[in-house]
Amino acid sequence: MTAIYHPTVARLTFRALLGRRRALIMALLPMLLLAIAIAVRALNGADDRAAATVLGGFALAAMVPLVGVIAGTGAIAPEIDDGSVVYLLSKPVSRQTIITTKFIVACAVTGLFTVVPVYVAGLILNNNSQQIAFAFTAATAAAVVAYSAIFLLLGVVSRNAVVIGLIYALVWEALLGSLMPGVGNLSVQQWSLTLAEQIAASGANVTSTVSLTAGSILLVIATVGGVWYAGRRLASFSFAGDH
Amino acid sequence: MHTDPNTTRSADAAPDGPTARGDARIHNIGYRSYSGPRLGRSHGRASLIEHSLRGAFGLGRSARSKVLPMLLLTIMTLPAMIMVAVAIATDLNELPLEYTRYVVFMQPIVGLYVALAAPQMVSLDLRYRTTPLYFSRPLERSDYVTAKLAALSVAIFVFCALPLVLLYAGALLGELSPSDETVGFLQGLAGAVVFAVLHSALALLIASFTPRRGFGVAAVIAVLTVPYFAATSLQWIVYDLGSSGAVDWIGLLSPGTLMDGFQGAYLGGATDFPSGIAPAAGGAGLAYLLVTVGLTALCSFLLLRRYRKVGI
Repeated sequence: MTAIYHPTVARLTFRALLGRRRALIMALLPMLLLAIAIAVRALNGADDRAAATVLGGFALAAMVPLVGVIAGTGAIAPEIDDGSVVYLLSKPVSRQTIITTKFIVACAVTGLFTVVPVYVAGLILNNNSQQIAFAFTAATAAAVVAYSAIFLLLGVVSRNAVVIGLIYALVWEALLGSLMPGVGNLSVQQWSLTLAEQIAASGANVTSTVSLTAGSILLVIATVGGVWYAGRRLASFSFAGDH
Repeated sequence: MHTDPNTTRSADAAPDGPTARGDARIHNIGYRSYSGPRLGRSHGRASLIEHSLRGAFGLGRSARSKVLPMLLLTIMTLPAMIMVAVAIATDLNELPLEYTRYVVFMQPIVGLYVALAAPQMVSLDLRYRTTPLYFSRPLERSDYVTAKLAALSVAIFVFCALPLVLLYAGALLGELSPSDETVGFLQGLAGAVVFAVLHSALALLIASFTPRRGFGVAAVIAVLTVPYFAATSLQWIVYDLGSSGAVDWIGLLSPGTLMDGFQGAYLGGATDFPSGIAPAAGGAGLAYLLVTVGLTALCSFLLLRRYRKVGI
């Protein structure tokens, strides 16, 4: 059985993710969320519908996927892009271990920039009335795990990982998801929203298009499958030809 | 105006200075200066526009670079064809969606296209250091910037206008009211022009700050979508709380809602705003006009300033 976590790989990935401009872009989004939350609270006072709109319409729909794309693909894609992944792969570390480590780091970084701000924003917006803040925090946490796995896989598979990830997050989930309800069956946003639907009080008007069981099963499948397949792809990673 | 290519400055003509040695000579190894016509700045600018415009659709580039622009163009035009088919098949009196609403409706696709095209136009020149080669020609920095702005504006306009042309042609073939359709079509085209110019200035400015294409794509997408989601969420909150007047002012905060409100005020009369009501042309609409023009001018100005320093 290979190890799940390799401290050196984790340290290098943390440094790559939190260095320079990447961290700045990732920090801007939660700051914007907090600014909106403070503005809404200051102008209108605590309001449950406003809280659900901000957390569902901005945090879960736009902020979480964007931070997920940046952190998830950023955990491995730049290394593959500039070729320095050779030095990592030539070390006696199982490639599955590299993937699981990078997955854990991506989850931790995405979580830091989304789960915490979502909870804080929820508290600011309505003091967790009707469990809305807690519901969306749980949904964000679930979404973070699934997005990290999916975007990490994309980073291994494709050179256009960022673009494809953004197309998925913005066109598939946001545009098509609002037009065709069936798209919700294949949307991380809806899968995690079903958790929020369960936790929030029924008056909170948080709804998802999938059921709780379907949502949780699909979340687990996407996460485990994504990490496993990314490991497989990295194990058979070849440098020949593609340059 | 230049020296005759056959003239050589060899040691034969060298003056007998104190350092000149008798056997020193510079061999004529056959370099010749260009004696053909000089096409000048305007031709350089036109070629740069043409080259950038073709590149924005992947023409003249590898097959892999053609995939995404062409795929996005297909996705962009597909709903238009479906609408025309539906309108003709079910004998509608008008198209299911107005011309000006179409671009707003397809905004995520247009945003993706802009995010792909803008970094391709400027980031790669920075990354592979081709800008010094441009600037060593008669081309000025302002020529480079205006050429790129013009090329991206035209590219976005073509991208937005193609489905409108399809809609219009379909509407005429389906014998919908020609006068109504023509007015709507022209309004749609005017909206597309404003949309294209605003977005090209904004996206090029962002893209010119990074030599890395992936970063540029992500940054343009983020700047276009994050404020949009933020602004629409806020609009709904304000609308729910019953102050629909503030909805118009919040719409000024993102490029997407800005274009929506602008078209609503001057080119049609409907928006995707929660109220569904467009800002009045005289009141809030004027703010939309000013912000649109101001933002475009500001981005173009900053882009010109950016190229005073970058790219040497």
